[in-house]
Amino acid sequence: MFWGSVILFALVLGLLTLSLTRPAALKAIRPMHWIIGGGLLLPVPVLLLLLVAAVLLGERLLPRPGDPAPMRIEARASQWQWRFAYPDNPGAGETEVLHLPAGQSVDMVVTAEDVIHSFWIPRLGGKIDAIPGRENIIRIAADKPGIYRGICAEYCGEGHDIMGFVVEAHAPADFAAALEAAR
Amino acid sequence: MSQERLSPVALHKALEKIWATPPGWGRLSAVNHNILGKRFMVLALVFFAIGGVLAMLIRAQLATPNSAFIGPDLYNQIFTMHGTVMMFLFAIPMFEGLAMYLLPKMLGARDLAFPRLAAYGFWCYLFGGSILIVALLVGYAPNSGWFMYTPLASGVYTPGINADVWLLGITFVEISAVTAAIEIIVTILKMRAPGMSLTRMPIFGWYMLVTAAMMLIGFPPLILGSILLELERAFDLPFFDPERGGDPLLWQHLFWLFGHPEVYIIFLPAAGVLSTMIPTFARRQLVGYNAIIVAIVAMAFLSFGLWVHHMFTVGIPHLALAFFSAASALVAIPTAVQIFAWIGTLASGRPKFDIPMLYVVGFFIVFVCGGLTGVMLAMVPFNTQAHDSYFVVAHLHYVLVGGFVFPMLAALYYWLPHFTGRRSVYRLSVPAFWLILIGFNLTFFLMHLTGLMGMPRRISTYPSNWGWDWLNLLSSFGGFLMTMGFALVLIDIVMQFRFGRRGSRNPWKARTLEWAMPTPPPAYNFAALPAITGRADNLESNALGRELASGQGYLGFPRQGRQETLGVDMASGEPDQVIILPRPSFLPLWTALATGGFFLGFLFKLYWLLPPATLAAIILFFFWTRTLGERRDVGPVDIGEGKAVPVDGEVKDNVTWWATLCGIACDATLYAALLFGALYLALIAPGWTPPFPGVDWVAALAFPAGIAAGWLARLAARRNGANQTPAPFLLGAVAVGLVTAGLLFVSILTVPAPTSHANLALRVVLLIYCAVHALVALLLALHAYLRWRGGFVSALRATDLRVTRAWTDYAAAAQVPAWALIALLGGMGA
Repeated sequence: MFWGSVILFALVLGLLTLSLTRPAALKAIRPMHWIIGGGLLLPVPVLLLLLVAAVLLGERLLPRPGDPAPMRIEARASQWQWRFAYPDNPGAGETEVLHLPAGQSVDMVVTAEDVIHSFWIPRLGGKIDAIPGRENIIRIAADKPGIYRGICAEYCGEGHDIMGFVVEAHAPADFAAALEAAR
Repeated sequence: MSQERLSPVALHKALEKIWATPPGWGRLSAVNHNILGKRFMVLALVFFAIGGVLAMLIRAQLATPNSAFIGPDLYNQIFTMHGTVMMFLFAIPMFEGLAMYLLPKMLGARDLAFPRLAAYGFWCYLFGGSILIVALLVGYAPNSGWFMYTPLASGVYTPGINADVWLLGITFVEISAVTAAIEIIVTILKMRAPGMSLTRMPIFGWYMLVTAAMMLIGFPPLILGSILLELERAFDLPFFDPERGGDPLLWQHLFWLFGHPEVYIIFLPAAGVLSTMIPTFARRQLVGYNAIIVAIVAMAFLSFGLWVHHMFTVGIPHLALAFFSAASALVAIPTAVQIFAWIGTLASGRPKFDIPMLYVVGFFIVFVCGGLTGVMLAMVPFNTQAHDSYFVVAHLHYVLVGGFVFPMLAALYYWLPHFTGRRSVYRLSVPAFWLILIGFNLTFFLMHLTGLMGMPRRISTYPSNWGWDWLNLLSSFGGFLMTMGFALVLIDIVMQFRFGRRGSRNPWKARTLEWAMPTPPPAYNFAALPAITGRADNLESNALGRELASGQGYLGFPRQGRQETLGVDMASGEPDQVIILPRPSFLPLWTALATGGFFLGFLFKLYWLLPPATLAAIILFFFWTRTLGERRDVGPVDIGEGKAVPVDGEVKDNVTWWATLCGIACDATLYAALLFGALYLALIAPGWTPPFPGVDWVAALAFPAGIAAGWLARLAARRNGANQTPAPFLLGAVAVGLVTAGLLFVSILTVPAPTSHANLALRVVLLIYCAVHALVALLLALHAYLRWRGGFVSALRATDLRVTRAWTDYAAAAQVPAWALIALLGGMGA
């Protein structure tokens, strides 16, 4: 997408420069051809290609009916903190740090208790709004164990800047122990 | 009755005397589009400066990590106000002012269709904007973001007056947007030079026609959303509260249903300006005139189908997202058509370069970049990562500054000689351009990177270990460069007014009508109106200007001290009426003050102020029509060139009628948004479990009563057409209207516990809508009766009756979906 846009940008501005400095070089192009070429022939295939790619990529990120259901973790946002619960790990308590098993997909069930917030771990990609009265699901996966940062991406009032959270991704073997330790 | 030809100077003096605005305090009574257009633009520039200072404060705060310059509370007010001021108080009024100033001149009219409405809109804009700025100065500015998402903007989480300032102040300002939209549509459709068919109209007219139509149906959803949110905040009616059957996402839908078309509402006038200037500098006609018209109409349609791309992360099913994603990407096609039409125009012409073209090149650089990131953001997987990050901040500034500010700067340098009659001093505009261009790209290009590095929007500070420090510092540095550039432009403008040499008219050798007049323009624009025989963007403006100044053309004479201009057949441009425009008047100012009383009463919860303020506004509006119309039928009058046409009061197809239709269209859109909201909540919102309290069907007698009032108004119009007196039927319509409104108000008061559930709150709002319209209908019937008694109504002069009939019909029809929906939603509980 980046290089594509660089090429298009250069093309448009190159043509503009030529038309201003050396209109003679472009005289051969009939006026209507500008509209058909630039307005239709250029953008239509680019857009089609992009849309198909985006829809396919988007579908791949979705849970499919046949898939084994991944672990669910609940994220509850309120002004101005995040609380995480682990319904698939009975006995695990609520935590302020999000503990993830590395290398596997997790479905985050996101909701809010007061105003709208948004769940975003920039390194893990994608975000979903936390909306009072609704539960939204986003599938994320941390490839490697480690520490990541999460933030609230939707403006939520005075404490919006400080509404971050820490994400700890553990090797799957250590995950249960980490939850236990967090109690 | 042929007219004696006056010498050009005598003609100028005679017309100037008729059209002049009185000096001193009389300036407050100005209704002339020359004055009002400039007032709109100057005030918009003042707000641009205020918004710019706020932007500087934001960049000062974000220049360094862990900054303690301004705390989060103040920061939130500042970024909210920056967005609000730039969108509502700068961008929209700026192009409205430009259009008001230019359209009559480009189309060949002497003024706009409703000069006093333009003045009223200006006062509403000034007063509403002042409410916001005063709130900022005393520290109670809105702080919930310019998008005002609920529940953050609801009473529970923003208990103070801050959010009310936004909702009421902006709604007050939006009155001016709606009046400007109606004004522009009717002026373009009906007030062109004879012979200027729609297909000969300069392209700017087409752009503004489409823009104004978009405003007419784009603003009502936001106005409705603001009303609902204010009702929730003031009276606890739970439209957006998920615990009582509301849904916070309803606000987002209503807001972006307005908010996305808004972007194109801002871009299209700027594109119209480009399509006007580029042919002048290419020294050839615009390439693809028809293709561009198709493109802008397509853009207008598409823009109403892609608001959801602001909501890709709220949890909407992926397939629905794919639809909106495709629609968003499709907008690139009509945009590309215009971009290449402009390049094609330059390439196939003999381009010359001058200051406006410098800013046009700036537009290309910045806007194309913004368009490309726009396509990226239309792709759902990319969007979910970049949404609400600084990448979006970068994108929207590239689109809005590229797509609006650069073209407006070009327009400024292009038409400044028209405003001043002087030549530019020039030396400053070139360094100003480079400062703005470099400063802008430094500020905002880097924000793409900060966004991709994970910096979210609307944070007042950030820790220093996340790698954003240098990028932010450079962004702030660039911001200050850009400000210096804008300051130079301002100095340049002042210099031109003060020191510019008096120049010849039409310095660019443009071929459009606005240059066929002396500069600065006289209050009456054209001493005579031209006959147009070809495309109106390819005229010999200078030669034509001399002809018109000597009175050769239509209406090239003063008559009875009346402000006369021509109305034409909408499609063909054949003259079909003489429009007699109202003289300067203080009524718009008084009416706007009364309207302001209403808004202030709401803002400070002084509800006792609402009835007297409303009554004062209604009485004042009744006074507006006292100077309009004739007390006898006069028949066709001479318009020169051997033609005679009737005056506007004696034809059916007049501007008042078209404004009525526009008003109803706007109102119906607001109603459609309300019905959409009701169905949306019933189907989507959580907590809609029956049973709901039943409906009081006695009040539904209001429906047959409303139909009866409509029928009486119809009979009145028919009898008047047959030269019989309409009076008893009009008074009957008033009486039956009173019964209708009374029944509806009683039914509002008897809705049980409306604060307990959105279902009941919606019932209240639907009934309020019907009651208000029953009142409007009966007031118009009363007005028509008073006009008849005053002798202004005859079988030929029947506009008042037709307007009354249209609104009583609408008021009756509006009850159908209201009662159906009340029954449906109440019936879910039965």
